[in-house]
Amino acid sequence: MNLLNTFLVLLQSATSQGVLWALLAIGVYLTFRILDIADLTAEGSFPLGAGIAAISITNGYSPIIASLFGFCGGLLAGLVSGLLHTKLKIPALLAGIITMTGLYSITNRVMGAPNIALLGQKTVFTIFQDMGFVKNNAVIIAGFLFAAIVILLLFLFFRTEIGLALRATGDNLAMSEANGINTDNMKIIGYMISNGCIALSGALLAQNNGFADLNSGIGTIVIGLASIIIAEVLFANKSLLIRLITVVIGAIIYRFILAVVFEFNVEANDIKLASAIVLVICLSLPQLRTKLGLQKIGPKPKGGQS
Amino acid sequence: MNMKRWITSGILAASVLALAACGDGSNESSGDDNMKTVGVLQLVEHGSLDAAYEGFKEGLAEAGYTEGENVTFDYQNAQNSQDNLKSMSEKLLKGDPDLLLGIATPAAVSLANETTDVPIIVTAVTDLVEAKLADSNDVPGRNITGTSDMVPIEQQIALLLSIVPDAKTIGVMYNAGEANSKIQADLAEAALKEAGLEVKVLTANTTNDVQQVTTSLAKDVDGIYVPTDNTFASAAAIVGEVAKETKTPIVAGSVDQVNDGALATYGIDYKSLGIQTGKLAAKILDGDAEPATTPVETAENLELVVNDEMAEALGIDPASIVAPE
Repeated sequence: MNLLNTFLVLLQSATSQGVLWALLAIGVYLTFRILDIADLTAEGSFPLGAGIAAISITNGYSPIIASLFGFCGGLLAGLVSGLLHTKLKIPALLAGIITMTGLYSITNRVMGAPNIALLGQKTVFTIFQDMGFVKNNAVIIAGFLFAAIVILLLFLFFRTEIGLALRATGDNLAMSEANGINTDNMKIIGYMISNGCIALSGALLAQNNGFADLNSGIGTIVIGLASIIIAEVLFANKSLLIRLITVVIGAIIYRFILAVVFEFNVEANDIKLASAIVLVICLSLPQLRTKLGLQKIGPKPKGGQS
Repeated sequence: MNMKRWITSGILAASVLALAACGDGSNESSGDDNMKTVGVLQLVEHGSLDAAYEGFKEGLAEAGYTEGENVTFDYQNAQNSQDNLKSMSEKLLKGDPDLLLGIATPAAVSLANETTDVPIIVTAVTDLVEAKLADSNDVPGRNITGTSDMVPIEQQIALLLSIVPDAKTIGVMYNAGEANSKIQADLAEAALKEAGLEVKVLTANTTNDVQQVTTSLAKDVDGIYVPTDNTFASAAAIVGEVAKETKTPIVAGSVDQVNDGALATYGIDYKSLGIQTGKLAAKILDGDAEPATTPVETAENLELVVNDEMAEALGIDPASIVAPE
């Protein structure tokens, strides 16, 4: 059946790409929601991770090590943004933009060229492809493995003292300081882990796409934010662990929406407008549902109130 | 409540997919062997790249493949969002094409990553070997071949030096984020140094930075060379303005740049490169050639083009600018 076939093909493609973009969305979630900071470093740390991984792979390192190098690059990028924001008191938005701008040159130096092709190189996915899986399925399996490990580690981290202190910093800065938490350090740690995840996402996507490009960071913050908001709109009021899992689903859904937009054979000029309109429709779903009387809006009432 | 939510989501999803399938149906090939399908993936909307695509269709038409009669084009443009390249490549492959065209390096690499069977023609890629698209320019070795927009750098530098024979320092400017430009700029720098000149290089990231970079460079140098760079080509008008103010001769890589603002070029015209690409593609579609053994072509038609208005503004007699040996 043509409809079912199209659906399954699009879903498979969306899942394979979405699960990799999910790592970026999780990274953005860390700063955007947990720390309550608007961090634009993502557009710089994403190509940095891609570039570091690509140059490592072409120099013979194993792809998993290369991806971890990319992760470390993101940690450093986050450190810079964190220091700019906390020590030099530069507003968060500007700190992110400054780091993103500087990273453009640094990534260019690391890569040695604006574009590195990875065609024919070993990637983290070739391990599964050698087992006989089709490329997309290998990516889905490897991607979910990476996502699961990252989410598990984050979940455990956020239950430690430092992790809880980080969450407190994001929820109520003044109260956290009053309780003796070093909020500057918490923010720096948050910046670092967030950009580490984003860079890891860049490293994996470069291996999936077959190339690392200096300009691949453009527009990635939108992808991250859209994935988070889709997740929050569809699955409201969830605990942290479930929330992280729903962010993965949100990233997959976003990719699926874009794939559907392309299926409509929109004029090449109008693709971005079409994507924006479809996104608006999706994000206004809660309003639509309220109007149709299907769901009440607002948080669940607390235990003490009636 | 949960049931209603699932039912609503289900209905929405199904209706969206129904619409999508309808849209997709009109694009399917009729299974007619006479109708060839060509999938095209372009990185960004841009004068030179658009001209290359137009030329490609013309070249195919001249070789007997007319749009609508025996060939259909599935054209996708990533609008400079590289994250869309993969989804678009997959979509093109779903249409079961007989041939794929990749315009610009990231688009070409994205297509190459998706298939090793369907023949892929690339254009507006400067060095296929460097981009790992081909094993060598003479024997590409895989399912990929095409036309390189490599311009004769030495001859263009010779042209520039013939316009400013007393020059001591020459400037080179390009967008460091474009793979093609870096290759050409490095060659230009080497050629200039060999000719015994000082070289000053500046780069711009976006069209917004072009004016500043040009002004900054123009005051320190006697002449400027700009390779076939997408960013500087888009902003050629402002480059021309600054050149007029500072009286700096600028030699550019492609004809489009000269028409919009540079002084002169001995270079390629992307439209005729496109026509050349189309004819190459026709040979593959006819079955007369295999990509693996078809050498990568460089532009056949190189022309000396001078912007007379710019020449007069700079106080140079246009007739005195001649093609280099």
